[in-house]
Amino acid sequence: MAQDLPRVSANVVIPKPSLQKVFDNLRASGFTLIGPTVRDGAVVLDEISGLEDLPLGWTAEQAPGRYRLKQSHQQEYFGYGVAPQSWKRFLHLPQLKLFSLEKTDGKWVFKPAQETIPQRAFIGVRACEISAISIQDRVFLGGEFHDPHYTRQRERIFILAANCARAYSTCFCSSMQTGPKVTQGFDLALTELSNALVLEVGSEMGSEMLRDTAWEPATAFDLGRAAQSVHNAQRDIERQLRTDDLPKLLYDNLDHPRWDDVAARCLSCGNCTQVCPTCFCTTVQDTCNLKATAAERTRIWDSCFVGEFSHVFGGNIRPTIRARYRQWLTHKLASWIDQFGTSGCVGCGRCITWCPVGIDLTEEVKAMREKVQR
Amino acid sequence: MSLTPTPVETQRLPDPMLPYPAVIEEIEPEASGIATFSLVFADPAQASAFRFQPGQFNMIYLPGFGEVAISISSDPNLPRVVCHTVRYAGSVTRALGGLKVGDMVGLRGPYGSAWPMEKALGKSLVIVTGGIGLAPLRPALFSILHRREDFGRVVLLYGARTPADLLYTGEFARWQAGGIELHTTVDLADENWRGQVGVVPALFYRIRVDPKQTMVMTCGPEIMMRFVIYEALARRIPKESIFLSMERNMKCAIGFCGHCQFGPRFICKDGPVLNFAAIEPFFGKEDF
Repeated sequence: MAQDLPRVSANVVIPKPSLQKVFDNLRASGFTLIGPTVRDGAVVLDEISGLEDLPLGWTAEQAPGRYRLKQSHQQEYFGYGVAPQSWKRFLHLPQLKLFSLEKTDGKWVFKPAQETIPQRAFIGVRACEISAISIQDRVFLGGEFHDPHYTRQRERIFILAANCARAYSTCFCSSMQTGPKVTQGFDLALTELSNALVLEVGSEMGSEMLRDTAWEPATAFDLGRAAQSVHNAQRDIERQLRTDDLPKLLYDNLDHPRWDDVAARCLSCGNCTQVCPTCFCTTVQDTCNLKATAAERTRIWDSCFVGEFSHVFGGNIRPTIRARYRQWLTHKLASWIDQFGTSGCVGCGRCITWCPVGIDLTEEVKAMREKVQR
Repeated sequence: MSLTPTPVETQRLPDPMLPYPAVIEEIEPEASGIATFSLVFADPAQASAFRFQPGQFNMIYLPGFGEVAISISSDPNLPRVVCHTVRYAGSVTRALGGLKVGDMVGLRGPYGSAWPMEKALGKSLVIVTGGIGLAPLRPALFSILHRREDFGRVVLLYGARTPADLLYTGEFARWQAGGIELHTTVDLADENWRGQVGVVPALFYRIRVDPKQTMVMTCGPEIMMRFVIYEALARRIPKESIFLSMERNMKCAIGFCGHCQFGPRFICKDGPVLNFAAIEPFFGKEDF
């Protein structure tokens, strides 16, 4: 007789190889698996077929302006921290055709773009990343207008979350209260132990995917080990961002000399906005054929660090790097709260790791606080 | 039991980024490099259902060129034909200038906040505009003229670079006959100009206001609006009674693209018409 399925909110234990069975169940249900895999010296998120594609035994050394994969003595599948790319690119697409037109009998005919949206299972989503997804939900689904493209990508995902067992030097999720423990928004949440996986069931669908995995109810001992693992991650977080005086601190210090200081270092390259899991700005590109009888409109990711981002007739609103960095940081940590009722930062640390000159927003805020203007 | 996931909604959702075909019904040259385009949605049902408030804007799309945010400059009581006064400034507006009557563009809207016409009832109004900044206030003037007796004194202070740059001059007489007090100025006069020369905010010195009963609505270059606000505050008009229409780069008009942010506000959805009291800490902040 087939094994019963665990209830939602139950904690179960499966042997590590049984994760393959979860993957098989997901694929049998029509899901494409998107998960971490090692490529080009980094852990990237891409289509995977099974356990063999996961970055087993890899971890990453992260520091301001530095990311290096290295072999770990731990045989862990999920010991790599956060990958450079976030899940953003699967929900808020970097490039999206909005519509096309064709001129027939002298008249333009609009054709909405046809999107094919696969059902996807996200494998190994961190607590900070789940928060980032819920922040983008507020941006694209929380207001008067809904972004139908985001909606269509968003409603067809399965989330297999992964609790962090250790922190990396650029992590500060505990300051932003987004992690390291996954608490919501998942179908299954795993904690990786040395010889097994503890799984928390977050939805009926999550429970379904445990069919034939030889799961067992988690014992108090298993749960204790899982809790210890998350506790270790929490304990190891070195970086902190004080948030109790935000957004006021930034609003009151828009003319602080620190903006000049950071502007002298910032290259305005936009890396921070591209790796940020919540940055949502886009621009549009218009193209047409040589006869001007067919045209297309594409939406692509943009960045407030791009020079022409704020261009209007008569000039550029933010012509300096100082103005652009100030816009980015005040948006992320201050005006975002006014706009969406939540900070735009989840403390994943990507903008620190991937800044080519190692600018660290937590340090910038700290420096401003040490010498406040008002 | 099957492993099929819960079925999801797959029907096409309405896309707020999708423009609708509209036909150019008339092109009225206003000044050098500026014309008013009268547009009508190609779909008659859509054309007759369209409504807008004074101060709102539309997105006008030209295939292959792009899309621009342009204020509606026509009478909100006659919403079937939607007018946009356009200055040929960038690549899209210049291409628009090359179109002729009967040509088609993409149109979506209306977007954004409106002038507080209801709040203004019973009050005196000082409308201060510079250059093409008069366009988004023209619908407000139409609204006032429709029910002129519901407002106190209505003054329009209007300036442009040269006399030839003044917009809607053919309507001035009708506005004045309808009970709108008009003061104009130019930066640079020609030999036929007999009026004021100087910047727009200076026109404040030609009128007297009762600060408690007066509301200010202004649109023009930001530097002009800064000094208009300065003059209004100097006359003890409360911050809460001052409204301005702002301009920023816009790609979507619905709060998704991020380009038009002004501190906590999105000019596209919280603006373009904003109350000065709400934005005072950021207004005029260098490069903000």
